[in-house]
Amino acid sequence: MVSFKQRDIISIRHFNKEELLYILDLAKQMEQTARMDVLGGKVLASLFFEPSTRTRLSFESAMKRLGGTVIGFAESGITSIAKGESLSDSVRIIEGYCDIIVLRHYLEGSAQLAADVVDVPVINAGDGANQHPTQTFLDLYTILKTKGTLEGLTIGFLGDLKYGRTVHSLVYALSYFGAEMFFISPPSLRMPRDCVEELKDRKVKCHENESLFGISKKLDVIYCTRIQKERFADPVEFEKVRGIYRLSKTMLEEIGIKDDLKILHPLPRVDEMDESLDKTEFAVYFHQARNGVPVRKAILAAVLGVLE
Amino acid sequence: MKVLDVSAIKDGSVIDHIDSKSTLKVADILNIQNEEQVVLVGMNLTSKFLGKKGIIKIGGKIIDQKEVNKIALIAPNATVNIIKDYEVVKKFKVAVPEVIEGIVKCFNPNCVSNHHKIETKLHVVSKNPIRLQCHYCERIMNSKDIVLI
Repeated sequence: MVSFKQRDIISIRHFNKEELLYILDLAKQMEQTARMDVLGGKVLASLFFEPSTRTRLSFESAMKRLGGTVIGFAESGITSIAKGESLSDSVRIIEGYCDIIVLRHYLEGSAQLAADVVDVPVINAGDGANQHPTQTFLDLYTILKTKGTLEGLTIGFLGDLKYGRTVHSLVYALSYFGAEMFFISPPSLRMPRDCVEELKDRKVKCHENESLFGISKKLDVIYCTRIQKERFADPVEFEKVRGIYRLSKTMLEEIGIKDDLKILHPLPRVDEMDESLDKTEFAVYFHQARNGVPVRKAILAAVLGVLE
Repeated sequence: MKVLDVSAIKDGSVIDHIDSKSTLKVADILNIQNEEQVVLVGMNLTSKFLGKKGIIKIGGKIIDQKEVNKIALIAPNATVNIIKDYEVVKKFKVAVPEVIEGIVKCFNPNCVSNHHKIETKLHVVSKNPIRLQCHYCERIMNSKDIVLI
């Protein structure tokens, strides 16, 4: 029997297909019920060491819509971290003030470290370039809602595949559903080798390309990502790839796409997706962002054990 | 008559069947430069199994489990003999454990284990060829990425 009670949500690798589908089913129920006071008296600590809009606010909204309250910070400069306190010590202290921790941190593995030292459940809201599992749940939910299935889709991942943690999480989840994957990026931003090898070990058909030309007509979904300036140590390297991809309505019409193509993007976007796409039936990224609330409500309710 | 390529030791440890090219790395793990008793290092010795092998004999030292685990990562075919009064009193093959703690550095510079004072921890996803996954950042390392602490 699937149970998320008191479990940490650190990496998509920790969940099997049945567990992924359980959360998606719960999210559907949550979407049909705007408010439920099932988390009355519970406190979520929202610890964001990196900037965030969608993830942080949708977690706060989800917690409040379930009757719970939120404490925390959106930048570490105002906390004892600025005085040199270690992450381990910080989360040990904060654990005493809350029932669940949501953590975003710029270092990879930080959520696992936090989970190892506290007893309350920890939800990884993004650890450097590693994982962003709750984003994956909402990406899957969006694909399921807009395509009607998760099985056997052909998906193109476009942009920063080296540092894009949402991609690293999502490809792993999609490997359970027989997806064929095209990784489209400049050579300097290719998928990490170990990630591709792992997918191949899982018998995933994956291909690497530098352009959408020639493959666009095969795709059921394009998952577009921003090239993340903040992940580049060298600004010269960033300038070399900045603006290398720019999806627009005209461009897609020229290269040819499936009529029922859907375009997802974890947002924020910069210049990789033209606004001309926003009103087309291909664009589902704003729905995707909105799906963060029911999906995170489902995760919070499941982890805090109020629905079992 | 059997002729020894490397002389016997009275008491101590013999690490045999080291892949010849890894012999000096194993010597480094064992920190032999700080030993005060006899240390013998042989390379390119004939081996039926490996073709060419390395061997290290350290007088007066019983190697510990942490050193054995490190050797297993570098020389997975090595055997360890504990010698007492010229007799082998214990013999075993090194084995890669399921979890490796505190002996391998994660190769990802942005991993939390390279920024905070915590013991590194890696899960062994494959023993042959060796592949290790960082408990924290989940990156998978091959043998060429392994840096011992």
